Amino acid sequence: MGTPAIEIENLTKDYPSGFWRKRMRRSLDHLSLRVEEGEVFGFLGPNGAGKTTTLKLLMRLIFPTEGTARILGRSIEEVAMHADIGYLPEQPYFYDHLTARELLDYYARFSGFGRAERNQRVARYLELVGLTAAAKVQLRKFSKGMLQRVGIAQAILHEPKVVFLDEPMSGLDPVGRREVRDVILDLKRQGRTVFFSTHILSDAEMLCDRVAVLVRGKLQGTGAPGEIVSINVQAMEIFFEMTDGRQLPQALAKQAAQTGDRYRLEVAEAELYASLDRLRETGARILSVTQVRPTLEDYFMQLVGREAAAPHAMEMVTR
Amino acid sequence: MSAMPGVVAVNTFREAVRDRVLYNLVFFALLMMGAAILVGQVSIGINRLVIVNLGLSAISVIGLVMAVFIGVGLIHKEIEKRTLYSLLARPVRRWEFLVGKYGGLLLTLVVNTSFMTVGLAAALYYVGRPFVRSDVTVLVAIYFILLELALVTAIALFFSCFSSPMLSTLFTLAIFVTGLFASDIRDFGALTNDRAMEAFTRALYYLVPNFHNFNAIAAAGHGDRIPLALVGENTLYAAVYATVVLVAGSVVFARRNLK
Repeated sequence: MGTPAIEIENLTKDYPSGFWRKRMRRSLDHLSLRVEEGEVFGFLGPNGAGKTTTLKLLMRLIFPTEGTARILGRSIEEVAMHADIGYLPEQPYFYDHLTARELLDYYARFSGFGRAERNQRVARYLELVGLTAAAKVQLRKFSKGMLQRVGIAQAILHEPKVVFLDEPMSGLDPVGRREVRDVILDLKRQGRTVFFSTHILSDAEMLCDRVAVLVRGKLQGTGAPGEIVSINVQAMEIFFEMTDGRQLPQALAKQAAQTGDRYRLEVAEAELYASLDRLRETGARILSVTQVRPTLEDYFMQLVGREAAAPHAMEMVTR
Repeated sequence: MSAMPGVVAVNTFREAVRDRVLYNLVFFALLMMGAAILVGQVSIGINRLVIVNLGLSAISVIGLVMAVFIGVGLIHKEIEKRTLYSLLARPVRRWEFLVGKYGGLLLTLVVNTSFMTVGLAAALYYVGRPFVRSDVTVLVAIYFILLELALVTAIALFFSCFSSPMLSTLFTLAIFVTGLFASDIRDFGALTNDRAMEAFTRALYYLVPNFHNFNAIAAAGHGDRIPLALVGENTLYAAVYATVVLVAGSVVFARRNLK
């Protein structure tokens, strides 16, 4: 296996809280992750899970209490490595005295591009995020969605190998979300690694090769969205209707849900054939039998619910 | 030499210009015009003295207000608005950012002071006095004001690295006032006959920047010659002191968690 794009080992972050008696609140708890080159990796978790903390640690905006991280095989402390990464902060805010074009030109200067190269890149990426018409408008007049778009443009205009996006769909309308999804897929086609945090699970399911779920600072699981959700596949779903005006027996009627003339019955996989036999005996006509595949959302809610029930999840350490 | 501070400095300057910071020049222009007209009518023989004193004092006060109030917010604003986040994710070191912000504000102050200098020269010309060789002292006094502003900006930026704008303003102004009366404070300590107090005031004298050294307004008003050695000493003093303060600020800022 080659050098991973991102390698996180035991990354931990404690924040002091309280005024007089300082207590440490653990925001991220020994996170270890490995993201391969070219992957689109979804970092999932509810608000306060530690997603933004992780990204800030990787961007060296904050410093870890414990643990290390490497990007493209190089320490995150190595400043030169940051030329190969792009970052969109959560709810980005940029210098509002600048126009979109000036802002992108400003960021392009940090990559050392000459004037011609900068002009060409700025025009290309403004077009990519649909802001060509607003190129000369000062950012103070931009909507939240437009700021998000210009933020994405600044994160990728130097064509970094690894792109970190913190809640990239936040504040976007359906069209904007679609465009961001296209940008991410385009980055993947170009062989770039994309690491994005989100709590919009349908986006993660649609885009990610792999996801990690973080709840209250702790990693709950990592894997392909399909792998993760298939852990709990047990149920089968039978759709049927009654023929010749027959009535469904009382015992089965309690289990089945009726919508119009149709019924839906959910049974364990092991009981499928027995249930089908019973239904046929009562004169039911089977319309379809499908496997109940829990969505990523089901899995996510299950984890969040379990963690919420455990009061020790948010570890308080007195120093 | 890294180009990063230059990129940050130009943006900081552009921000100041677009935030209408240079509008204070209108106030200065009005002050100079009013003073020139008034002085022309009421004062006989001391036109130059009044215009030079008023002009240089205004340049100093306006520059000081800008250095303190913009300086203390430079870093804080970037953190508060999170504009710093996407920048530090780039190959930019924190000290480069800090030096860039410092350079940007200094550039703003130099441009602002240059315009005010032109305004002062115009006022002097208006009161009907041809320029003479000794007017060079006015330019030297303005240069000293710029050195003073460079130091104040460094101090304001230092506090901005770890405290709120309000506290940073208080700290910076406290150091400025202490520095302005540094010699008097040391002399006061010597008069107390208390060894501890004497040691304390002497330590304070050496610790805080001696801003009194940069005040050449009276000399400029009277057209007195300012020794070249003093120009060199003040330049070196301001450069060394500002560098030390900026290095200290960089050390603090380098390990600061940006929440």
